Amino acid sequence: MLLECAGLTMRFGGLTAVDAVDLKLEKGQIMGLIGPNGSGKTTFFNMVSGIYKPTAGEVRLSGRNIAGRRPDYVASCGIARTFQNIRLFSGMTVWENVMIGRHCRMRQSILDDILGTARKQAEEKAAQEYLTGLLTLFKMQHMLHEQAKNLPYGKQRELEIIRAMASEPELLLLDEPAAGMNPQETAELIEFIRKLRDMGVTILVVEHDMKLVMNTCDRIAVLNNGRKIAEGSPREIQTNEAVIKAYLGKKVKEGA
Amino acid sequence: MRSEWIKYAATGAIILLALVFPLLGVKSYYLHVAILGLLHAILALGLNLIAGYTGQLSLAQAAFFGIGSYVSALLMLNVKMSFWLAAPIGACAAALVGILFGLPTLRLKGPYFVISTLGFGEIIRLVFLNWESVTRGPNGLTGIPAPDDVALGFVTLTFDTKTGAYYLVLVTLLAVLALYYNLVYSRIGRALRAIHSDQIAAEVMGINLTFYKVFAFALSAFLSGLAGALYAGYIRFISPDTFTIGEAVNILIMMVLGGMGTIAGPIIGAVSITYLLETMRVFADYRLIIYGLLMFFIILYMPQGLVGVLAMAKDFLAARFPLPISRGTDEPPGQKGAAPVKGEI
Ligand SMILES: Nc1ncnc2c1ncn2[C@@H]1O[C@H](COP(=O)(O)OP(=O)(O)OP(=O)(O)O)[C@@H](O)[C@H]1O
Ligand SMILES: [Mg+2]
Repeated sequence: MLLECAGLTMRFGGLTAVDAVDLKLEKGQIMGLIGPNGSGKTTFFNMVSGIYKPTAGEVRLSGRNIAGRRPDYVASCGIARTFQNIRLFSGMTVWENVMIGRHCRMRQSILDDILGTARKQAEEKAAQEYLTGLLTLFKMQHMLHEQAKNLPYGKQRELEIIRAMASEPELLLLDEPAAGMNPQETAELIEFIRKLRDMGVTILVVEHDMKLVMNTCDRIAVLNNGRKIAEGSPREIQTNEAVIKAYLGKKVKEGA
Repeated sequence: MRSEWIKYAATGAIILLALVFPLLGVKSYYLHVAILGLLHAILALGLNLIAGYTGQLSLAQAAFFGIGSYVSALLMLNVKMSFWLAAPIGACAAALVGILFGLPTLRLKGPYFVISTLGFGEIIRLVFLNWESVTRGPNGLTGIPAPDDVALGFVTLTFDTKTGAYYLVLVTLLAVLALYYNLVYSRIGRALRAIHSDQIAAEVMGINLTFYKVFAFALSAFLSGLAGALYAGYIRFISPDTFTIGEAVNILIMMVLGGMGTIAGPIIGAVSITYLLETMRVFADYRLIIYGLLMFFIILYMPQGLVGVLAMAKDFLAARFPLPISRGTDEPPGQKGAAPVKGEI
């Protein structure tokens, strides 16, 4: 089991945003995490990636408990993520963004960097080779010197995923990658995620766009009011009583 | 980039000019101004690491300048230590204080860090002023020796002249620049700029915020302390009057006017502001009013500082005078291909 969350809970004052959620994810799987607005999906990601310290519960990555550890430690353990509201380094170029994404995989010391040693050159070269391949695979190699903020919206979303992939993560967390995309951009994103699947990346994706979820995910978990109310294959979830009730009981902004 | 050759030519010309400057028969006074200008370049480069690159504004730089000065001067005066040992110790002392002060305060979000550096700067000045048994209070330290002569077999370098001091400071600045360049165009430099841009995203990329902020701050304190030791060895007399908040503001304006987050900017800003401060009475007297107007103007019209203006001039020239053999417009990806800040020269 790559990711095992047990009893994961997050309380903000009197509000329980995530309530004792158990979730298991096998290597190579793509799992969708869906639920109405405010059901705790982003909060769940924030706990797994170390931005929030869970009130209770465990997050195990390949057996190692990482709950409550700092985000940079979690990143070095192999979890990468994107954000619901794009958080690129907007004034920097595409190339710099992905180089920063690879930060935790580069092994040179501070002295290597300051003195410009052979070890630094070798690390930079290795990173360059990997990232050039990655950017070529996702057709962004001709935009290296473009500032992130000048990219079209869909490309910004894709760049954020590539930046996360730059660290060769064990687990990739995508928070609403299709949010704000037009249908064509969403179609391209589905292709993009399929490519990631072919690379064998394990993905947990939060998404409101059901076309994307149904087309890419092996399994789906559903959150409602911070609780997991269902889990299963896309087909099972589509016909699940509790899920239908959760979605129909509330007004949902899109999809579903 | 097509316009890169202008950048290299200009850099080469400036370094050459700096190297022959004392040999041009300039008045001793202007050599003095040049030495102060180069010292301030080191100070402004130091501030630039923590403020320009990492985005954490510090008004403690004059205090680190003072710590480097006092520690090295006291070592030379009280234990007769050689300048060549006292100077690095002074710089390390400043860095150590920077680490101890930065560890708790750099975790503060928002404007609290800059406010704490303001208080810290004032506390350090008061220590220089009131710890009379060690610092001799307002009278300051006098009779600081010049750096010892260095025998290189066939020649002996002396540093008790303006020319000697000039070359000492210039060579130090060039050495600092070489390492500074490496640092800025490396994993460290990228991490610092990432922190500046978005702390949460940087952290999620695996960047340890506290470590990198404290590291940048310690290095900025080290550079300030190094400038302080060089200053003490040159001017031979130090007092608390030099290491005030006013001096911290001078350093800040130098960095902002020249162009923060660039390498050339702080140097250009330091040399020009030092020149104005030293040679124009009016400028020195109405300093704060002029700074206010300058800040206003820079923020509104030239956020990249003088370097931004120069970069525009460079592109303009390059368009007029392209090199016959163009190196092509797209470099292979790499540290240099990824220019960090638009308009950097
Ligand atoms: N830092 C915080 N402090 C207080 N309350 C919070 C905080 N973060 C989230 N919440 C609350 O927790 C609940 C879950 O929010 P969360 O952002 O996780 O929902 P979500 O499922 O991602 O929704 P959406 O689909 O709109 O993105 C909401 O009621 C939200 O207001
Ligand atoms: Mg959300």
